[in-house]
Amino acid sequence: MSLNSADIKRIAHLARIEVSDTEAEATLTKLTGILGLIEQMQAVDTKGIVPMSHSQDVTQRLREDVVTETNQRELFQSIAPAVKEGLYLVPKVIE
Amino acid sequence: MINKSLKQLGAMLQGKEISSVEMTQEFLNRIDRLNPEINAFITLDKDKTLAQAKHADSLLAAGKGTALTGLPIGQKDIFVAKGWRTTCGSKMLETFIGPYDADIIERFDCVGAVNLGKTNMDEFAMGSSNETSYYGKVQNPWDRSRVPGGSSGGSAAAVAARLCAAATGTDTGGSIRQPASLCGLSGLKPTYGLASRFGMIAFASSLDQSGPMAKSCEDMALMMNVLTGFDKRDSTSLNREKEDYARDLNKPLAGLKVGLPKEYFAEGLGADIAKVVNEAIAEYKKLGAQIVDISLPNTKLSIPVYYVLAPAEASSNLSRFDGVRYGHRAKEYGDLMDMYCKSRAEGFGAEVKRRILIGAYVLSAGYYDAYYIKAQQIRRLIAQDFENAFKQCDIIMGPTAPSTAFKAGEKADDPVAMYLQDIYTIAVNLAGLPGMSIPAGFAPSDDGKRLPVGLQIIGNYFDEARMLNAGHAYQQVTDWHSQMPEGIE
Repeated sequence: MSLNSADIKRIAHLARIEVSDTEAEATLTKLTGILGLIEQMQAVDTKGIVPMSHSQDVTQRLREDVVTETNQRELFQSIAPAVKEGLYLVPKVIE
Repeated sequence: MINKSLKQLGAMLQGKEISSVEMTQEFLNRIDRLNPEINAFITLDKDKTLAQAKHADSLLAAGKGTALTGLPIGQKDIFVAKGWRTTCGSKMLETFIGPYDADIIERFDCVGAVNLGKTNMDEFAMGSSNETSYYGKVQNPWDRSRVPGGSSGGSAAAVAARLCAAATGTDTGGSIRQPASLCGLSGLKPTYGLASRFGMIAFASSLDQSGPMAKSCEDMALMMNVLTGFDKRDSTSLNREKEDYARDLNKPLAGLKVGLPKEYFAEGLGADIAKVVNEAIAEYKKLGAQIVDISLPNTKLSIPVYYVLAPAEASSNLSRFDGVRYGHRAKEYGDLMDMYCKSRAEGFGAEVKRRILIGAYVLSAGYYDAYYIKAQQIRRLIAQDFENAFKQCDIIMGPTAPSTAFKAGEKADDPVAMYLQDIYTIAVNLAGLPGMSIPAGFAPSDDGKRLPVGLQIIGNYFDEARMLNAGHAYQQVTDWHSQMPEGIE
């Protein structure tokens, strides 16, 4: 598995992070080092092992389907970058 | 006063020797004097802090005080606190004012503890040296040219420099224990699920856990009594009976079986660290502990596994920072996609971006099985190592970190070298076990400084009371934990 800087730009786009060509080059070196570290896993035989997602054997709790939150729109929008009349503003997406 | 335990400070408040306002002011004065250099606190709000102290005094006057009432505690800036700026060490949240309280904040408020301020940390808790913080690096009080460890480096430096009575931290791969080791204090990461993650800004949700950072195990027991407990707002919170973590502090250790994993004493461990840790183990023998040799064969794999799982979870968690609802938005952008990409490029620092990219890569189409599933399978092997080990021993001991505090800048440009700092701590998070670090002595640096060394104690699930018992017994016969760095008077 070797990456090139086009891969970096593709991954960065998936992650919605802009990277310049020079940044992609610098990132490539560091990411290659980290992926080399990760590659050690491939030497392990994991056939038949159940993946572990949680340390405790717990099941998802359920609750009654009732309203639990009160409306705090003004408070939450007070920290938003751009709002107008209770709506979050973003660049136009529909022509 | 500054070197007194939480229990002693609490007794001073209860006995009316001093008020919480006076005590809090004394710590605020110390912060004014020392923080401009040490940089342990990112945000202070003296009005809020002193209002809490005043409220604590009224609780105390009414006889409603409990163990932590009126005591000034530093809160890691990862915990959202209502009305407080909460940055998580990132430019992304430079102007973010918490609209609600994290569960941990609520619990400390509830017992009348005083929030002294928000402590510095690696950006989004990603780092082992506190150098990734947007708000500047933190000095290690034992040697100002060295790092305090991370990610809870601000909390560690604040406790070490006696800028607060105790502090909170969070630990995803060692972020409480490693800075505790490097700064000479006691830090505990509880069993996964004991402390609520509600309002704790998420890094890697299946690993993140908050815990106490304090001067002693006795202090940590008092804090554990406050910060643990079921919270229905966190889907991974465990619904268990409340327990008193101080109940076993004074139990004798005779017959305690201490396992020493051979992998923790192998290549990679500094000789100076090994010496101190072995001396601590000799002390445990004197206290009646029985030493058992054990093996955790998959220790080495914990780092690659962690650097798949943690970035994968981080890349998902950090997708919420889109510049729309809160957080940084770029000043100039074209369409919506451009706004996302530019806002995130500007708001996140280099290490955070690297981890998001790793995460996006290992989760991307075609790689999921080879990386993410594979890592989860090895995670189970790592957990099984501990399960087997605990058939032979009650607790496990070893070093917390492979070295003492390193110089600022020394590893900052080499992520892989930085990641190896967590070789002895990460497996504990992957298994979901409790782990702690306590001061076990000092090792001299090349330039003649005394640098703290931590002893790591790992317990079985929910065995925190026993770990604190083991730590407390050691702290009764040694004084490493009560030593203070020079120049902080």
